Amino acid sequence: MFALDPLFSGTFDGAVFLIVLAKVVIAFALLLVSVLFMIWFERKLHADMSNRLGPNRAGPFGILQTLADGIKFFFKEDLLPDRADKRIFILAPFLSLVPAFLVFSVIPLGGVFTAEKQGIVTVFGRETYVQLADPPIGVLLILACSSIAVYGVMLAGWSSGSKYPLLGSVRATAQMVSYEAALGLSVIAVVMLAGSLSTHDMVMVQAGEGFGGILPRWNLIATGVVPFVIFVIAGTAELNRPPFDLVEAEQELVGGFHTEYSSIRFALFFLAEFMNTVTMSAIIVTLFLGGPAGPTFFGPALMWGPIWFASKLFLFLFMFVWLRATLPRFRYDQLMDLGWKVLIPISLGWMLLLASLNVAGDAGWNTFVVAGAAVLIGLVAYLMLAGAIATSARRREQAELEGSIR
Amino acid sequence: MSDFLRDYLTVGIFGLTGVALVGLLLGLGSLLRPTRPQPQKYINYESGVDPVGTGWGQSNVRYYIFALLFVMFDVEAVFIFPFATRVDAYGWFGLIEMGIFIVVLALGLLYAWKKKVLRWV
Repeated sequence: MFALDPLFSGTFDGAVFLIVLAKVVIAFALLLVSVLFMIWFERKLHADMSNRLGPNRAGPFGILQTLADGIKFFFKEDLLPDRADKRIFILAPFLSLVPAFLVFSVIPLGGVFTAEKQGIVTVFGRETYVQLADPPIGVLLILACSSIAVYGVMLAGWSSGSKYPLLGSVRATAQMVSYEAALGLSVIAVVMLAGSLSTHDMVMVQAGEGFGGILPRWNLIATGVVPFVIFVIAGTAELNRPPFDLVEAEQELVGGFHTEYSSIRFALFFLAEFMNTVTMSAIIVTLFLGGPAGPTFFGPALMWGPIWFASKLFLFLFMFVWLRATLPRFRYDQLMDLGWKVLIPISLGWMLLLASLNVAGDAGWNTFVVAGAAVLIGLVAYLMLAGAIATSARRREQAELEGSIR
Repeated sequence: MSDFLRDYLTVGIFGLTGVALVGLLLGLGSLLRPTRPQPQKYINYESGVDPVGTGWGQSNVRYYIFALLFVMFDVEAVFIFPFATRVDAYGWFGLIEMGIFIVVLALGLLYAWKKKVLRWV
């Protein structure tokens, strides 16, 4: 039933172990290099967008700036506040960085996704996927890791025993928890179409051509608009990136949850933040844009998987920087309203709509009639809700007005 | 060890690599960095003035309610995911069942909304 990684279906010998080790090393190196690149890229691009030069001293185009900063962090004194809860203060960076790491293990990085190849490559005579691991619950692993990352932020803020970090972490927890719900619910549409929670199967479902060979088969109507937009918004909020960076709003909270962290401990939080940005982009690419699947042109077909993956990834990295350079920060109540009153109801409604279309299609009903009826029901529900909200707002204004006259 | 668990073994090895990386960086940092203790350095940062009271003040109960709502929706997701992978197999029964389930939970959200729990002021 499950399409497990064929690497493990045979005997478990030395070759398999070597392949696993090689995969771990490659994924590790790729992740770290892309994080270092992302930090430089963000600084350079953001500088460009605000008419500055950005880093330009260390190496060509300042590309070694991240490395230089990293080395500098090692030589800075590490301060552990007297009031801090020492053990948890030390534990928190682990809880922040390790989940960011783990998410990358289920991302498909390459492979030829055709009907006969199924994304399988042969290394040392063993068949395997070009992804670190393909557990049957891949998507749940991603969601679980992003939940654990909340602990890192929360415990870091709480254990500092200081006011700014505590406020920052409390904000972060409420925000991440709210958007976590929207994030999980928007993935459900993708899961429904793939019929599986494995990330490899999701890429497999999206590989090939749709719409008469013009566009890729990314389920553009079912997942490409509503769940995609919700996922990108919720993902940005989950990353605490602008315009949802209230967690570390400098003007109000100094540094947010990591105010008391210094030296390499601070660097770990910084690293985790950018690692999360890279992995979140990779998740978006995998779930909605077919990951490494894409047309092949010249040369070996195997080469095109990583190329497609990297270029799609780059697109989202650019988008995250662009958002940061362009949009002002949200107000906190607007942020909460957007999460609970807009994103969650819409993703729930969309999920029900897709499920009804799916089941009704199996029963042989006309898709358009079902879709029309569902949209009509949704519209009526929305109008009733909007009417109720408007009425209550009017009543409240009325009451306030009468109160002020008296 | 079954095939099923071996996939998680890889995830586990990768996770351990992550832990090792963090440990290595922290260890290297503790070898390289200077330590010149002064009592003033270990005071909490409070915009330059001496800290007032303890850092662990009382938080507003509002945060707690958001956490409760989250638990509600996360548990909901736990039920929806298995349904979502096998929509065809459950057919009309599953659809109607899930519809009722979601409507009940949506009512819960509406109730919270009506009670002004979702207002952050």
